Amino acid sequence: MKVKSPLEIYRYLPQTNCGECGYDTCMSFAAQIIERVVKPTDCPPLVRDAEKDEKVKKRLDELISLTSPEILEIVIGGENTVKIGGEDVLHRHELTFFNPTAFFYDVWDSLDDKEIDERCSKVVEYKKFYVGDFLTLDGIAVRCTSNNPERFKQVVKKVAGYGKPMVLISLNANCMRAALEEVAKERPLIYAATEDNWREFLQLALEFKVPVVVRSKNLDKLKSLAKTFKESGVNEIVLDPVTEPIGEGLKGTFERVIQLRRTAILGEDKDVAYPIMVTPISAWSIEADEISKAYWETVIASLFIVKYADVMIFKSLEPYSIMPTITLRYNIYTDPRTPVQVEPGLREINNPTAEDPVFLTTNFALTYYTVESDLTSGNIKGWLLVLDTEGLGVEVSVAGGQFTAGKVKDLIKDTKIEERVKHRYLVIPGLAARLQGAIEDETGWKVLVGPMDSGRIKGWLEQNWPPK
Amino acid sequence: MEKFTLEEFFQLLKKYNVEELEGVRIEGDLEIEIEPGAGVDVSTINALLALTQYINLIQEFGNFLYHANAALMYLQRLSSALGIQLQLPSTTQQIQPQQPQPVTVEAKPKIPEKLIEVKFEPYKPEYTGVIEEVTLGAKKSEGGTREVTVTIGGERSLPFYTFDAEMPHMPVIAIDIFDRKPMLAKAVREHYEDVLEDPAEWAKKAVKDFGADLVTLHLISTDPMLEDTPPSEAVKVVEEVLQAVRVPLIIGGSGNKEKDPIVLEKAAEVAEGERVMLASATLDMDWERIGNAAKDHGHVVLSWTQMDINNQKTLNRYLLKRVGIPRDSLVMDPTTAALGYGLDYAYTNMERIRISGLRGDTDLNFPMSSGTTNAWGAREAWMKESPIEEDTPWGPRELRGPIWEIVTGLTLALAGVDLFMMMHPGAVAVLKEIMNTLMGNVKETADGDAWITMEG
Ligand code: B12
Ligand code: SF4
Repeated sequence: MKVKSPLEIYRYLPQTNCGECGYDTCMSFAAQIIERVVKPTDCPPLVRDAEKDEKVKKRLDELISLTSPEILEIVIGGENTVKIGGEDVLHRHELTFFNPTAFFYDVWDSLDDKEIDERCSKVVEYKKFYVGDFLTLDGIAVRCTSNNPERFKQVVKKVAGYGKPMVLISLNANCMRAALEEVAKERPLIYAATEDNWREFLQLALEFKVPVVVRSKNLDKLKSLAKTFKESGVNEIVLDPVTEPIGEGLKGTFERVIQLRRTAILGEDKDVAYPIMVTPISAWSIEADEISKAYWETVIASLFIVKYADVMIFKSLEPYSIMPTITLRYNIYTDPRTPVQVEPGLREINNPTAEDPVFLTTNFALTYYTVESDLTSGNIKGWLLVLDTEGLGVEVSVAGGQFTAGKVKDLIKDTKIEERVKHRYLVIPGLAARLQGAIEDETGWKVLVGPMDSGRIKGWLEQNWPPK
Repeated sequence: MEKFTLEEFFQLLKKYNVEELEGVRIEGDLEIEIEPGAGVDVSTINALLALTQYINLIQEFGNFLYHANAALMYLQRLSSALGIQLQLPSTTQQIQPQQPQPVTVEAKPKIPEKLIEVKFEPYKPEYTGVIEEVTLGAKKSEGGTREVTVTIGGERSLPFYTFDAEMPHMPVIAIDIFDRKPMLAKAVREHYEDVLEDPAEWAKKAVKDFGADLVTLHLISTDPMLEDTPPSEAVKVVEEVLQAVRVPLIIGGSGNKEKDPIVLEKAAEVAEGERVMLASATLDMDWERIGNAAKDHGHVVLSWTQMDINNQKTLNRYLLKRVGIPRDSLVMDPTTAALGYGLDYAYTNMERIRISGLRGDTDLNFPMSSGTTNAWGAREAWMKESPIEEDTPWGPRELRGPIWEIVTGLTLALAGVDLFMMMHPGAVAVLKEIMNTLMGNVKETADGDAWITMEG
């Protein structure tokens, strides 16, 4: 985004403070644009006027271009979509990263149909619980290994049935055309235009209106491809600087990816300001056994989740490959401006009765959901008090003073937990043990120090509940 | 050696009706515990014992060298140990990408005949600062007894951005050892089972078998809540370990605020001349005493703060200005949180510290150290299965643990860490391999096109 202060945006707004956008003033709306919470088109009067008045239209377009992200944002997919690109900064602390690297998983058309189905189902069904939600995979990449347009078309159609966004992979324009005739409306990303086939691929991108990857190890060539496509009317371009899996090749890949993104953002080179594709799947072409290749694929992926890849193609569907990459992606793309937190208050776990234990935890999302899921999945009945620690975990908030006996007292009062249970026993996290006495003094409840890890509550209860 | 797959393993267990045996617990995928005194048929116990020994045996692997492919070799062994997917692809076909077949496209006027040729001009940032160089260990000529020393720091660009400026030293890896048996995840413990009681042997194994560049000796037995070993007693181990290995040493306390300064002071004394690193001085301890111990005996001090760039600045200043630590004798530990458990904070905090250093902040331009072993605290690394019912099964933890440590380390390597403290030999090997790669030390390459058309 070119503008840094709300004032620069304010000049373009109607300045009537009408409130239609949901903000009290045009100024606060402008501030939200800077934060990328809203877009210029979220100001209804501006859009309405632009439809009527050519001059306003020009002003709106100018504002859009001033406030659009440095890196182009692209949407892949038909019914279900995934957004890639749209980044503004090189380091997450400078603002935040926006669209998490999209993960596509490989199937190839020389596999038999049963195996294709198996792999697709794994992609669709994969889920991993993390801070309150399930992490999932984004889409399926279909490679044409048969070199047979008919077979590719057939398989692509089958895969499309799974409803996930797709990347279609073949350097053969005939195969690609056959597939696009079948699934162009699903808006797959097509892979890839190279120095050899670019004219055919340019034709396909224009004809079927699908996003396209341009591919070259030579950054002059890559930029030339992107520029040629852009000037010919293709708007949705992804750059693949070629992922070489090991040694100097991998080092070169690292350099190319960083140079591209840095030059796009700091060098303001619009011709390379596109999302970047990295293909950890390349690891599978090296000589090693399956676990080594899967590990190395994870290593390549991690490198480029941290450094700028917007879309990736993977092969391994083993949980030990997916879990670290999907977690790393979440971590790197978490908005550092706001701690991830949940509403404080009282939660009922598994329909508790007046005899069941009362637990205390904090409102840091990671803490809360870990505890909640441990209780729920352990079939533990109980009452969970969630303390407002400003989104901090147990140990941090005890150390930092956001977790205090006084606050626990207020929480007990506000939630009226005393009317819900007959006993007066509060189970606190093991890591808050040092507050035991203080909480007893403040609240008059008997405080039991639970285990350090909420995963051990079940075993702990067997020994300690009901209290003797 | 006999080959054995997980499936066969489970079949064997079934054969012996293991699920129904009282007193025999199967924990996770490969861990078998037999409670003493359990009334179990002797032949079954023997069969199970043979099996555990077998597993221990095949997971033991000594003396492998760090050359370009050490990591991959390690992994190969790991996979054979686990009996999963053994196929060694001597037959891997190097399929060449198919030439796109000529297609006759009706070139509409829109499609240009030729590429618009343009040049890519990489943006070049300027950094004014440079990270201090710190050398650990001292050779004979320098008053110590080390055969190798280790130098970290010296960067003038972001990590591995060798296209901006030369990176003079590759980050190094220290392996953690302890002066008493610590709590360890099973996947880590099994690599050290034979040396857990003997820190000197442990150190040797870390260096000789697992390629540690340095060793971190944690004197945890000094903790008043544990054995409360008196400092003069505890530092004997320091001497033993210095005898046992020829690499530089890092010495840690137990984390006890009152006792650590005394313990580290004593350790600094007995390690005189060796240029060890004292881990660590913190704001809530007597940092002055620890700093002075380092200064008086010519050691390096680790300045450890809890994920707060301003606290890091403050503590560094105290150590530099008030204690008078030389600038070549300070390393920072801004705190490591594991993947999934605060890694985002750790990464960003370190990245900000490194960028500040490169931009000329002389309170922050010091090498960084990371307690990467923290990764083993993550449930995903050690729990036998997901506590969440709806989760896709997590798979064997033997494979989750090491990759958790690798990804935590690699992420922080990209933030600017110069020294990793780690434990799993496989994780050490893989992290070294990727860092060697990014440094340009791994010459071989492989085709970046082959994957497009490979079958399988
Ligand atoms: C991430 C982190 C931070 C982040 C916090 C992010 C956040 N939103 O919370 C940031 C960078 C902000 C931070 C700051 C500080 N931190 Co900090 N931080 C950590 C770190 C690395 C991880 C903590 C974490 O998130 N754990 C994961 C969550 C899920 O764990 P949890 O909340 O404890 O929940 C578990 C258990 O408590 C239990 N549990 C939870 N609820 C319940 C309920 C019941 C009934 C039971 C039985 C169990 C239970 O189960 C949960 C799952 O296992 C730890 C070190 C480490 N590796 O543990 C240091 C650590 C907690 N931090 C520490 C400190 C000192 C601080 C600071 C005070 C330092 C400073 N620089 O000023 C500040 C405080 C800031 C403030 N409060 O104002 C120290 C605390 C030392 C101590 N024991 O007093 C630690 C231990 C580091 C260390 N080794 O010294 N920190
Ligand atoms: S809708 Fe537009 S004009 Fe009205 S307050 Fe919001 S920004 Fe201002």
